[in-house]
Amino acid sequence: MTEIDRRSFLKATIVAGGALVIGAALPFRSRAEERFDLPVDPAAEFKPNAFIKIAPDGKVTVIVGQAEMGQGVLTSLPMIVADELEVDWKDVVYEHGPPGKEYINPALGGQITGGSASVKGFFNPLRTAAASVREMLIGAAAAKWGVPADRLRARNGEILDPETKRTAKYGTLLEDAAKITPPASPKLKDPKDFKYIGKSIKRLDSPEKVNGTGIFGIDVKVPGMLTASIMRSPVLGGKVSSVDDAAAKAIRGVRHVIRLDSGVAVVADNYWAAKKGRDALKVSWDDGAMKGVSSDALFKASVDAAAGGKGVEAKKIGDVAAGRSNAAKVVEAVYYAPYLAHATMEPMNATADVRPDRCEIWSGIQAQMVVQSQVAKLLGIAPEKVIVNNTLLGGGFGRRLGDYVLDAVRLSKQVGKPVKVIWTREDDMHGDFYRPSSYNVMSAGLDGAGKPTFWRHRTVGASIMGYLGPSIFGFAPPEDRLDNTATEGAHTLPYDMQNLFVDWVPVKHGVPVGFWRSVGSSHTAFSTECFLDEVAHAAGKDPLEFRISLLEKHPRFVGVLKLAAEKSGWNKPLPKGMGRGIAIHESFDSIVAEVAEVSVAKDGNVRVHRVVCVVDCGQVVNPDTVNAQMEGGIVYGLTAALYGEITLKDGRVEQRNFYDYKMLRMNEMPKVEVHIVPSTEKHGGVGEPGTPPIAPAVVNAIFSATGKRIRSLPIRREELRS
Amino acid sequence: MTKLSVNGKQYEIDADPDTPLLWVIRDDIGLTGTKFGCGVAQCGACTIHLGGEARRSCVTPMKAAVGKEITTIEGISPDSTHALQKAWVAIDVPQCGYCQSGQIMSAAILLKENKKPTDDDIDKAMSGVICRCGTYNRIRDAVKMAAINGTGGK
Repeated sequence: MTEIDRRSFLKATIVAGGALVIGAALPFRSRAEERFDLPVDPAAEFKPNAFIKIAPDGKVTVIVGQAEMGQGVLTSLPMIVADELEVDWKDVVYEHGPPGKEYINPALGGQITGGSASVKGFFNPLRTAAASVREMLIGAAAAKWGVPADRLRARNGEILDPETKRTAKYGTLLEDAAKITPPASPKLKDPKDFKYIGKSIKRLDSPEKVNGTGIFGIDVKVPGMLTASIMRSPVLGGKVSSVDDAAAKAIRGVRHVIRLDSGVAVVADNYWAAKKGRDALKVSWDDGAMKGVSSDALFKASVDAAAGGKGVEAKKIGDVAAGRSNAAKVVEAVYYAPYLAHATMEPMNATADVRPDRCEIWSGIQAQMVVQSQVAKLLGIAPEKVIVNNTLLGGGFGRRLGDYVLDAVRLSKQVGKPVKVIWTREDDMHGDFYRPSSYNVMSAGLDGAGKPTFWRHRTVGASIMGYLGPSIFGFAPPEDRLDNTATEGAHTLPYDMQNLFVDWVPVKHGVPVGFWRSVGSSHTAFSTECFLDEVAHAAGKDPLEFRISLLEKHPRFVGVLKLAAEKSGWNKPLPKGMGRGIAIHESFDSIVAEVAEVSVAKDGNVRVHRVVCVVDCGQVVNPDTVNAQMEGGIVYGLTAALYGEITLKDGRVEQRNFYDYKMLRMNEMPKVEVHIVPSTEKHGGVGEPGTPPIAPAVVNAIFSATGKRIRSLPIRREELRS
Repeated sequence: MTKLSVNGKQYEIDADPDTPLLWVIRDDIGLTGTKFGCGVAQCGACTIHLGGEARRSCVTPMKAAVGKEITTIEGISPDSTHALQKAWVAIDVPQCGYCQSGQIMSAAILLKENKKPTDDDIDKAMSGVICRCGTYNRIRDAVKMAAINGTGGK
């Protein structure tokens, strides 16, 4: 991070209306540029809409290039600026940033909102930018008053001279400040002087989200716009064979029926006409390669791959065979996690207005630059001719990478008007890229004293990077190389094992796969933390004590576990019929432990009553955002554990809507208590790390309550009837 | 032409009377605070008030609204000071925010009919509205806060 900071440089300018704008022209290279060794433009053009804008009235606008999908980035990034710039929070507003190199997340190498990396990536660059502006404003006041700069102070949006008690509001210093070269290494505040960072500042975007004024992609209105609904192949990857659109065209308001590669679009005056037209289409399909493929066959393919497939090594310590021969007891189990859909509340949608020499896009997108370059390629125009207006995202979770934009572009180009494409919930369920299924063959040995002698984990699943890498990052790992997203959390097992072997057998099921909140950890936490629990019981040890005994090298893990034990009352007895389970997992540089209390009814219904969550995510910008993300991450993971499963029949995704892809609801919501470990460690992420531990915590609690071990998700009540 | 009254304003709508109110409100009237989530009354994002009752506008045909007052999220307070809106902001309920119009509209009917809802009452009234971000506990707290502070504006 520091290297990037040192290499970055800031530019300041006055724009129309007299506002001072500070942008960072970051001469570091994107991952694609590094990979392909593209030259970096040394005089990277300064775009006066980069990071911070100060208006003559003192209003400070923070331009946020990361997407807001609920994680609070429109608040946390402005907090960083406000603190270092010394302005009142009430004077701070945000704007969504456009695509641009200035907004490349240094932690990711792309303008991507993902990997729980917004604060991690932007904490230092934003502090530096804001501190530079502060020093420039001080410099301007010093020149104006003819006093040394080092005796002046910035506070609450003005510069103060403590000796003369003179003050100057930032808004009056902008012209002079703009003439000063921004210092590359300004003095940053001492963290003990932070006014906002580390405090639970209220979200800037709450007001617009409670009165209907917040604009999501689906809400965008463009003059002259038409709306489209697209019928796609019910079989994954199928193509249109023939279309009878006579009935569709007869529907009032339908303007065009257009054949696309992916399906048939009905373009109409409004959504309902488009939807009615689409329902009136008669389309026959060429089913393609997935014809007749069902989940049973995919599962069998994974089983076969586990038995006979060639594994890609992910981690090797010592000699597992030797560990096995030394074991007094061997524990073996198979764990399975299914395909999952993202099911964001706002179905996919995008609006495009294609003109002869340019294109404008409005949509909620986690990867704006990717969309910009894809659209440019599709239209054969330069990327800077593609204007991307990002909106609020009605949920992201890894789904909103922008694939849904391209059909809007194709349709707008064809009809010569702006077109908004809105997916139905069923389209969204069928047109997702899914969290890959994960089939895990696990074994571990224990010596006579109950200490592990080896740990062996083979995981079988599809490669996310193989599927999405080319379109999102411009490259895919070679097929014989490890896709980290398949084994993260498994090959990073924190427990002390003298002999360990983790490998991955890639499978190609033909099902689109992608990033799903917490990615690989969404299933590796389940397999590793449940299996470890089994091993603890086989050793006759308390699951918490067993974990602590294997974490001598990881004091942060131990701290998190001990706090979780204390806050949950780990050793306190529960009423009969209830059970308590624990799991801990590190993802995105944050360590999270969760303790679940569950009861299981006679009919097998699982009720989660209480979840105690302890998170060590290093330094914290906004504690209440951390709380909210842990709460939300738990609900996301618990929903999947209790209900989540995408299945295929004859090449078709069987689930259609919320009646058969169920969501956790208010009446099933457990109490959630979040505790943050005070820390000065580097920033960890918070958007995703709350999700992985909940499934294993609940499954381990079910074992504690019933003696029954769930090894396949979702948790099925048939397995738990008593 | 179908005559509708939305948030106290009168509209004449030229659309098929069977068109779901959701799309009339969003596309014809232009109020986009009411959200589309599922189209089959499963998620509650489209909840509005029709004649003082909570309705899923995605499955309510326009013709069913004739002669009744329609209230959307934009209409429950002229200045966003409904006790629920204030409580929602005070507790920072929203994450992505997409479902929150439906949550607030459902909660408003609950509080109109029940000044002191219990947890069970809140479960019954609110379980029809899905929040994928998992803000349920904050919603519960905000409903209780609003119940204490009263449901009127200001």
